[in-house]
Amino acid sequence: MSIEKGREITISVLKFNPRSKVSKPHFVDYKLEETPGMTLFIALMKIREEYDPDLSFDFVCRAGICGSCGMVINGKPALACRTLIANYPTGVLQLMPMPAFELIKDLSVNTGKWMDSMSKRVESWIVDNGEEKDITKLEERIDPDVADATFELDRCIECGICVASCGTKLMRPDFVGAVGLNRVARFEVDPHDKRTAEDFYELIGDDDGIFGCMSLLACEDHCPKHLPLQNKIAYLRRKLVALK
Amino acid sequence: MKINYCDALVIGGGLAGLRAAVAAQKKGLNTVVLSLVPVKRSHSAAAQGGMQASLGNSKMSDGDNEDMHFADTVKGSDWGCDQEVARMFVHTAPKAIRELAGWGVPWTRVREGSREAVINAKKTTITEDAERHGLIMSRDFGGTKKWRTCYTADATGHSMLFGVANQALKHDVDIRDRKEALSLIHENERCYGAIVRDLITGELEAYVAKGTCIATGGYGRVFKQTTNAVICEGIGAAIAIETGVATLGNMEAIQFHPTPIVPSGILLTEGCRGDGGILRDVDGHRFMPDYEPEKKELASRDVVSRRMIEHIRNGKGVPSPYGDHIWLDISILGREHIEKNLRDVQEICQIFNGIDPADEGKKGWAPVLPMQHYSMGGIRTKPTGESQKLNGLFVCGEASCWDMHGFNRLGGNSVSETVVAGMIVGNYFADYCIENDVVIGTKTVESFMNAQDKYIDEILAYKGDEDIFRIKNRMQNLMDEKVGIFRDGKGLTEAVNELEELLIKTKQINVKSKERIGNPELEEAYRVPRMLKIALCVAKGALERTESRGAHYREDYLKRDDANWLNRTLTSWANPSDTLPTVTYEELDIMTMEMPPAFRGYGAKGMIIENELSEKRQAIVDEVVERMQAEGKDRHEIQHELMPFDLPMNYRENNERVGDL
Repeated sequence: MSIEKGREITISVLKFNPRSKVSKPHFVDYKLEETPGMTLFIALMKIREEYDPDLSFDFVCRAGICGSCGMVINGKPALACRTLIANYPTGVLQLMPMPAFELIKDLSVNTGKWMDSMSKRVESWIVDNGEEKDITKLEERIDPDVADATFELDRCIECGICVASCGTKLMRPDFVGAVGLNRVARFEVDPHDKRTAEDFYELIGDDDGIFGCMSLLACEDHCPKHLPLQNKIAYLRRKLVALK
Repeated sequence: MKINYCDALVIGGGLAGLRAAVAAQKKGLNTVVLSLVPVKRSHSAAAQGGMQASLGNSKMSDGDNEDMHFADTVKGSDWGCDQEVARMFVHTAPKAIRELAGWGVPWTRVREGSREAVINAKKTTITEDAERHGLIMSRDFGGTKKWRTCYTADATGHSMLFGVANQALKHDVDIRDRKEALSLIHENERCYGAIVRDLITGELEAYVAKGTCIATGGYGRVFKQTTNAVICEGIGAAIAIETGVATLGNMEAIQFHPTPIVPSGILLTEGCRGDGGILRDVDGHRFMPDYEPEKKELASRDVVSRRMIEHIRNGKGVPSPYGDHIWLDISILGREHIEKNLRDVQEICQIFNGIDPADEGKKGWAPVLPMQHYSMGGIRTKPTGESQKLNGLFVCGEASCWDMHGFNRLGGNSVSETVVAGMIVGNYFADYCIENDVVIGTKTVESFMNAQDKYIDEILAYKGDEDIFRIKNRMQNLMDEKVGIFRDGKGLTEAVNELEELLIKTKQINVKSKERIGNPELEEAYRVPRMLKIALCVAKGALERTESRGAHYREDYLKRDDANWLNRTLTSWANPSDTLPTVTYEELDIMTMEMPPAFRGYGAKGMIIENELSEKRQAIVDEVVERMQAEGKDRHEIQHELMPFDLPMNYRENNERVGDL
């Protein structure tokens, strides 16, 4: 079997190096032949190897698992590695870096720094009574449904797409984002975590936290893991608003 | 010159590195982790199916213990592993998984009552006892006697990585991402840290530490077709061998996973077959029972991968524009099971291939083909995880040849190794950092820094007509074609020769942009020569090893040769100007083995050239076991008599199981 010649596609990329004195933001168009099953990962690697070795972008797993490659594709934030060119009938894809994060260069943004500070802010870890558990002994029993419910929310890959989609984040630069609120919701279900609603209120009980969300729903619309973000945010808000 | 001082330096922020960092930080050391990428994006996140630990909680894992896990691991390794290390590992794995549960990893739990499962393509009912309800569940994986692989659906690595990374943040480990180590600082056979490049600013800086721990993962990307993330380029191993002091072990031991999806090479977890999925050929025929009547699809990965290629060579592959492939059928598990336990697999099939694997019949079959998956080889260490040659350099996880995998790793043992080695090696590493001081002059540090600075200038000044991307692609294709699943002397000789030429050509390139900041081609230009050194270690080791063992399969030497090749390959790079590695060997001592070499129980029979010591040692083992059992000794006492081992912390204590209570 031979591979038929594919259509010509255009990948238009916003290039800019904020660390260069001469660089200005500008679009560069790359024209290339589409191959079967071509994703943006394959296309961008090809562009770097054959057309522009100076083009910066981030990929790690290229399988939609690590959350490195969020970018704005024809106006919508998405994971580039899971974006199939075949799904774009015009064959034209415009790529821009995700807003809300510090720009490193071209399509590369510093989500790591943002996520670390979010994790510290919401104390994104198990808080228990502080006693070392004896790991030679049988583990604590957890109801299978509760374990499943915790896993459901633990699936977030911190790709930053919810933050890049978020209207509240535009108005409130310090908004913790759906990702941060989801982390809290995750620990709230986990029986290993001993924090109370009051404790969570201390972390997110303000307009940069749970009371800032305007429920515009773009986070959930774009979440590549299809997390139940709005449900969980609404649940937390009801729970925390009842406290004061 | 910017010098950062710390007590403990960890290079690599995946599961192994982060767990080792937590160990060091908890012992009061100022610990820094350097990572190429935000740590939660490390390749550990891609581990899907699960983590082996002999908890023995569920019905199908009842009666499991360290002895069975040990035996499976040694057989899996084709007797190439260090049995003392394998013992250390299996004894700590149950503790690791329980620690992670406490850190919030939402392990799937045992549910009392009956459920349906598919075993050997037949629906079977399994009933769990009430007394086991809520304990950690496990699934079946290849090459294991019991269902031992604990999991969170098929996102196990992700859950573990987030659990451990957040624990590191909780303990205030100083994590710095987008930092790349370019060389190790060393003097008088001791390592003092690394010269590091900031991938955002392009700036070089030195990190000086009492001890250094490399946990940079494997080197899968020296191959073209690989399940590995794009960052798995073996740079940690390369900078270790470039010291001229540290050695690499068994670099030719490369695992090819049976079921990456075609053509993207994204992994479909072993859990697919563990949960009951089967392999089919062009006629829809389930062919594995024809080759492996006992273990079928669940023989070890090296065996299943070879059988698949063998079947394709017999004309039974499914033709496609990307060459022949095999079908993976999980539709027989039913939609409900797939949508709960194999959700990422379903998503990968849907997004990348437009297939819903839960669809019944042929429509739901996914095209798969064996591809590079895991690096058993790595920086050679002692059982403590310290380099055998370079003091103060510790290594853990896939980057190491510690060596619990020998010539083939069992599914579920790698993600398990990351955290277990992080605990064991991490604690030995921390103790080293407590006991030793930094005794190196800043002038020496400066000379290491200047060498890297000059090297980058030199690269930017190259004026040849070669292209670094073309060189890299050629290397990857060569490795696939000539150093792959089936190897022979002719192909390997050609590979070594051409890889050597490619290494020389890396100095004849021209980097188009001369910027030192944000220049991806410059990064390729300094990484590819290091990758080629790793590729040469793999190819040269494979060429010299004239036997077949585990995943290393020579069509011109089909037998496992215990008489001549029961050893570990060591490669080193004596001089920076060398274009080939130096190869030596480290013997394995049968007379200290708890389990002397024998048949694995799967794979072709009658393919072993015996070592006469195997029988002799087996007789001693049998005699000891018989005598001690008659004296009423328990299995722990007998094991200790046969092959004693040590562990740090309280890891040497016995593991409690629900069956003991």
